[in-house]
Amino acid sequence: MRAPRRLIPIVSADGGIISRADSQAMIQRVVKMSAAESISVNVSSNETNNLRFAANQVSTAGSVSDANVAVTSAFGPKRATVVTNNLTDEALRATVKQSETLAKLAPDDPEAMPNLGPQNIRTVTAEFASTAGLSADQLVRAGLTALEPARKAGDLVAAGYLVAQRASNALGNSKGLFAYHSNSNVNYTVTVRTTDGTGSGWAGAEHPDWRQLDVAGVSARAIDKARLSRNPVAIEPGKYTVILEPQAVGDLVQLIGFYGDARSSDEGRSPFTKQGGGNKLGEKIIDPRITITADPFDPMVLAQPWDFDGLPLGKQTFIEKGVLKELYYSRFWAKKQGKQPTGAPTSFIMSGGTASVEDMIRSTPRGILVTRLWYLREVDPRTILYTGLTRDGTFLIENGKISRAVKNFRFNDSPLFMLNNLEAMGRPVRLAGTEAGGAVIVPPIKVKDFNFTSLSDAV
Amino acid sequence: MTNRRDFVKQGTLVAGAIAAEAAFRKAHGLAPHTPEPPPPVMDAATRELMMDALNAAKMAGASYADVRIGRYLQNFVQTREQQITNVVDTDSMGAGVRALVDGTWGFAATRTMTKDGIADTAKKAVAVAKATRAGRDKPVELAPSPVYKDVSWKNAYTIDPWTIPIEQKADLLLKANASAMKAQNVKFVFSGMFFRKNERNYANTDGSVITQTIIQSWAPMQFTAVAPDQSDFQNRGSVSPPAGRGYEYILAQDLAGNAVKWGEEASQKLKAKPVDVGRYDLVLHPSHLWLTIHESIGHPTELDRANGYEANYAGTSFLAPPEKVLGKLKYGAPFMNVQGDRSQVGALATIGYDDDGVKPDDFLIVKNGMFNDYQTTREQANWLKWWYDSKGEPTRSHGCSYGDSWSSVQFQRMPNVSLMPGDKEQSYEDLIAATDRGIAIVGDGSFSIDQQRYNAQFGGQVFHEIKGGKIVGMLKDVAYQMRTPDFWNAMDMIGGRRSYELGGSFFDGKGQPSQINAVSHGSPPARFRNINVINTGRKA
Repeated sequence: MRAPRRLIPIVSADGGIISRADSQAMIQRVVKMSAAESISVNVSSNETNNLRFAANQVSTAGSVSDANVAVTSAFGPKRATVVTNNLTDEALRATVKQSETLAKLAPDDPEAMPNLGPQNIRTVTAEFASTAGLSADQLVRAGLTALEPARKAGDLVAAGYLVAQRASNALGNSKGLFAYHSNSNVNYTVTVRTTDGTGSGWAGAEHPDWRQLDVAGVSARAIDKARLSRNPVAIEPGKYTVILEPQAVGDLVQLIGFYGDARSSDEGRSPFTKQGGGNKLGEKIIDPRITITADPFDPMVLAQPWDFDGLPLGKQTFIEKGVLKELYYSRFWAKKQGKQPTGAPTSFIMSGGTASVEDMIRSTPRGILVTRLWYLREVDPRTILYTGLTRDGTFLIENGKISRAVKNFRFNDSPLFMLNNLEAMGRPVRLAGTEAGGAVIVPPIKVKDFNFTSLSDAV
Repeated sequence: MTNRRDFVKQGTLVAGAIAAEAAFRKAHGLAPHTPEPPPPVMDAATRELMMDALNAAKMAGASYADVRIGRYLQNFVQTREQQITNVVDTDSMGAGVRALVDGTWGFAATRTMTKDGIADTAKKAVAVAKATRAGRDKPVELAPSPVYKDVSWKNAYTIDPWTIPIEQKADLLLKANASAMKAQNVKFVFSGMFFRKNERNYANTDGSVITQTIIQSWAPMQFTAVAPDQSDFQNRGSVSPPAGRGYEYILAQDLAGNAVKWGEEASQKLKAKPVDVGRYDLVLHPSHLWLTIHESIGHPTELDRANGYEANYAGTSFLAPPEKVLGKLKYGAPFMNVQGDRSQVGALATIGYDDDGVKPDDFLIVKNGMFNDYQTTREQANWLKWWYDSKGEPTRSHGCSYGDSWSSVQFQRMPNVSLMPGDKEQSYEDLIAATDRGIAIVGDGSFSIDQQRYNAQFGGQVFHEIKGGKIVGMLKDVAYQMRTPDFWNAMDMIGGRRSYELGGSFFDGKGQPSQINAVSHGSPPARFRNINVINTGRKA
């Protein structure tokens, strides 16, 4: 027997994500179960619907919901965290007890900081009904914007992933702190390859609001890139003028954020360590046209406006006009160094300019256009030197025009070196392919002397 | 597919593993007869819930369904220098149902472990499959597998880490940290212990009902030496590989004893000579080579990658299409044999039954230097029927189906993929002694490889310069660049069975949404001729 074809709404068997009121009530209930000197409780939940397709057809699709409660109990400088996804009172009581048992047995943590009291946290509205109500049918229809033209073309193969998510996160403790954030998000990425195996194109988009996502446009971009990237030729590796599309910029530039910890700089094990002692705060480190900030309230971002400790997050400026302005100070390190704790940012925003990618191409006598980068791995933490490869659309520019597809390159370069070789910047956009997660907003850029060290046969 | 006889002929790894197990037990005072805990027994309520899920899926229209009810525990302790930084215990339980309707998959998962909750989830899996049917091209067909009814299995742990008090784990780490910090300029140590315990229950509509318990353990450590004027710092990590064993494995690592040497190595790296770029013969230790095997043999021989199923994320494979490379592509010298298995004792991917309900077999991915087979699941094995038919072998899954949690749909994941030792019994030191101008590399470091697994660049942890068959000093800023087929064809010496060691990854990522797999790779040391070495040092 077949079910009639109709809209099949995906309703969570668990009643969706946990609301602000329910999160707060649950935290209060858990706090009352505590016999520790202090307790901190994190309640999170998520609901995910996804569609995968490959080889021109759907491969897997799924619907998953889960929720977790993390309890951290502390006795002076001793503390331990226990996490469960069983939210019955009985299980929560056992979880509280287990965290107390572990905490008592744990050696002292001399860096333990007391829990924060109530904070003044503003709300970011990041949940959209358009995303929450997405059905499996809608997801399939979106996927068909790539599958149908690829099948029809006969010489293209599409693979992609579309995921819609709702999530909640709440933090509270025995000192009266309470913070809550809920959000929705849709992420769509697609790779179209040519059946002769010589071309591959990638495109993607992400937004909290399903209505803002141009799914068909993303599919069309990947198809165009696949066709254009066919039959690449090998050109010598070396230093080139390179135009990086936003995804490629983000792949490399967001790595700077991983090195922004003040403590490791002060301890002499960071690229922002100053020879002779201390760190490079106040020094010019990249091109003066570039400013790097974080801001959960930015309409392109809409991220959680508090960090894992419950510290409120506002706009933070890490690099201003090329000068290192701020490093991340944890509450412990800030206290030790006599600074203010900064909070751990939940977004990464790089300033841009007015040049379009087309403008950048037109102004380039000879250079390389890069769609995205792949398999980036740290080679030297002293300089943020990374290696990785270009992927899914690498083109030669000659006399202001894309002249042809070229084979992929391996690079060995640092975002710090690259952002000192800046020629032009375009309009920042939100990225879809962020391996580290979180909202990343960056522009396309043009740089000189980007260091390609070898060729790859990979398509 | 290979049979037992092939393995015996090639110097069997199974025998090696048994010998290693005996040596391992001896090394930390476990008598050969020390009893391991018995395999788990499935509780009746779990069994009933699984049957409810399968019934609900069938009633809703599934032609095939399977259900996994799992409890996934993690415990970790982290330290730096002489303090604890984190103590965490996690516990996650739920059910994942996969349904096949008209040749299309649907998946749903819930943490609501009630009769209604699980039946609703099964129905949802069917509803997802029906909705998704609109995007189907060819129907999914599963290769046959025997039914395993009410079987149970556990991996090679003797001591359950959850029975060891936290202060004992912390004490061991802090002692090791202190040992390392005796070395000059070693200012920072980050160390930890990670444990996983998976209680996995599985049932499918073919009639298989399986319960298994797996424990995995790892004690990562990193030592940082800082120059007194802050002009340089050097890390030494990758010292103790993860394993599919229990706390007895952590004890056998002698972290506090070995940390003295590891700290010294971090300190020496500050004074090491920057490498001159050029071509060198490389002698790669098993603690390094496992990762090169993982990236350049493990991933490209995943059949889903070769057929484009991972094109949008992890990528495809240079080993494609299968009909152009199976039995035709020369991976390396005739003495090169690479085994896929989920049977090596103490290895991370070792398991009794996979997440399709298949009992995995041992198979040769590379046989006498030629590319011979891919990693498969029940869905994929039929894609290679022509190849198995041509060899007169049955078409069966190699048992590589795996989902990293109850909430993750299972798909093809890497089994243990290992370079088999050579016939001649020779050691790492023997390989160095036979080398005139080269670099010996210990420990895995930076690693990067393209989406078809051709072009790779690998760093390491400790680099020794070899001149005239002797180690003459330490080098730094070393990385080698390679093209996979050229690299393996440049291998001209390989260690014997006694030099075979397991390395592995605790966190190998694949899929969308990304899932984690833990996998081991065994290898002897091996020598590679004339490999391109670059210098990675720059000034900020």
